[in-house]
Amino acid sequence: MNIQEFISSAAESSKRSGPHDRIVLSSRVRLARNLRSLPFPGWAKKPDRVKALETIRPAVESLPQMKQAYSESMDNLTALDKQILVERHLISREHAAKNAGSGLVLNKEESLCVMINEEDHLRMQALRPGLQLKEAWQAIDQVDSALEKKLDYAFSLQLGYLTACPTNLGTGIRVSAMLHLPALVLREQINQIVQAVNKLGLAVRGLYGEGTEALGNVFQVSNQMTLGEVETDIVERLNKVLAQLIEHEENARASLTEKKSKVLFNHIGRAYGILANAHSISSKETMNLLSLMRLGVDLGLFPGTERSVVDELFISTQPAHLQKSFSEKLSAEERDLLRSDMLRERLKTVSRPDTTHVAAATGEKLDKENEE
Amino acid sequence: MLCDICKQNVATVHLTQMVEGKTKKVDLCETCSKAKGVDDPTGFSLADLLLGLGAAQDMEQAAGGAEVKCPHCGFTQADFKKAGRLGCAECYQVFSEGLEGLLKTMHKGTKHMGKFPALLKESRDLSDKLKHLQKKLDKAISDEDFETAAQLRDELKNVRTRISELAPAK
Repeated sequence: MNIQEFISSAAESSKRSGPHDRIVLSSRVRLARNLRSLPFPGWAKKPDRVKALETIRPAVESLPQMKQAYSESMDNLTALDKQILVERHLISREHAAKNAGSGLVLNKEESLCVMINEEDHLRMQALRPGLQLKEAWQAIDQVDSALEKKLDYAFSLQLGYLTACPTNLGTGIRVSAMLHLPALVLREQINQIVQAVNKLGLAVRGLYGEGTEALGNVFQVSNQMTLGEVETDIVERLNKVLAQLIEHEENARASLTEKKSKVLFNHIGRAYGILANAHSISSKETMNLLSLMRLGVDLGLFPGTERSVVDELFISTQPAHLQKSFSEKLSAEERDLLRSDMLRERLKTVSRPDTTHVAAATGEKLDKENEE
Repeated sequence: MLCDICKQNVATVHLTQMVEGKTKKVDLCETCSKAKGVDDPTGFSLADLLLGLGAAQDMEQAAGGAEVKCPHCGFTQADFKKAGRLGCAECYQVFSEGLEGLLKTMHKGTKHMGKFPALLKESRDLSDKLKHLQKKLDKAISDEDFETAAQLRDELKNVRTRISELAPAK
């Protein structure tokens, strides 16, 4: 089966929900593991990479969790397939660049995804919607425990699981969450927050991980240190920081509606105006404006519109997703036209922001301000 | 002052960051700082940048100028400087001296505290138990408490059998 047929539609995928998903889009825990006897993928010659793939792939496929999984060698995926997987956050950009000798095993629910021969022989990840780091850790811990019975891991008593890059050494764990923080950005508090989070030894990155921009006000927060600490402590530490970030974002939203409602409504109204009326729009602008619309939905400015409508557009307007519905290769300009067509069509049924509800709470105050 | 990365241009960007209470400094030229994304606060982390700089130097020093090569996979310290990655599991032994400083700056500790593969964990626990029992046995014998000693000897025998059962598995 083709990977594009295997994965859920953008609509289905955006209907998944989890705790705190107003702000936390998704949770992820990934573990890095390597085989003892073979060189790491970045250094291995092709025959060794193929050997690693041939050892690991059947072991992963045989897991009960992978019963109806999609399993494929990376050279059998087209560039478009790979880009779609990146846009869904199922594989890294680094893995998308791989070909023969690398592989992918993805379960039906898209909650477990194993990359074979990325930077390490094994990069296994558990994904959950909303804030569910503990659940994700437990799921991937189980997969790992099952796999260690079938594979001879590179492990040292002193250094733990040995990884290609020393930054992943020890537990090989990367615990991360994707956060939507538009209010902190609008209030220009985000740099302060990023710095504070950095000081705690956590990394803040953009939408697609390492070295990427925070498009659509989406930020990825993850642990940096992997050695000298127990996995559950790392998960717990991240949970605490995330709880605070959620609180800060909620406070920023409340303070915007209370004190700067005109500025806020202006941003959201303009975002809607452009998205619903443009005849050419880039992917970047779309994401940034959809972020504001999502904030509008959260604040009750679009009564009758579900957040999933916005989330679906966030996925389906990205370059590869847009391209996949057309057989001929589109240029960036052509995509911009088609993207705007899609947005206008989809937003036809979404009426323009209604500030009366939200304004009612703050209206009195505004009147007073005007009199003064 | 020259740039820490290219070692050619004059460093104009000076960074200081607190990592776990320790101050880390890096000096870069403009080109390298842009290439490393230093001007983008969301993508930048000093820990990533420090990786590969200090460690490669440490490795050279540890080797006393000679080129160290991993006998298992042929990886050298020059390769590490280039890639910031190691060649195979064995490399961690070969380059251990040079890596120590790097691991200290990068991580919370230099000893693994997390998960162990189950088989390894059991055999480690068993060998701890073995030592413990042996000590108790020695004491029982010197105390001439032969009843306890006999009991301990049986326990020791069980632990040894379990260890030999585990051994050929991996």
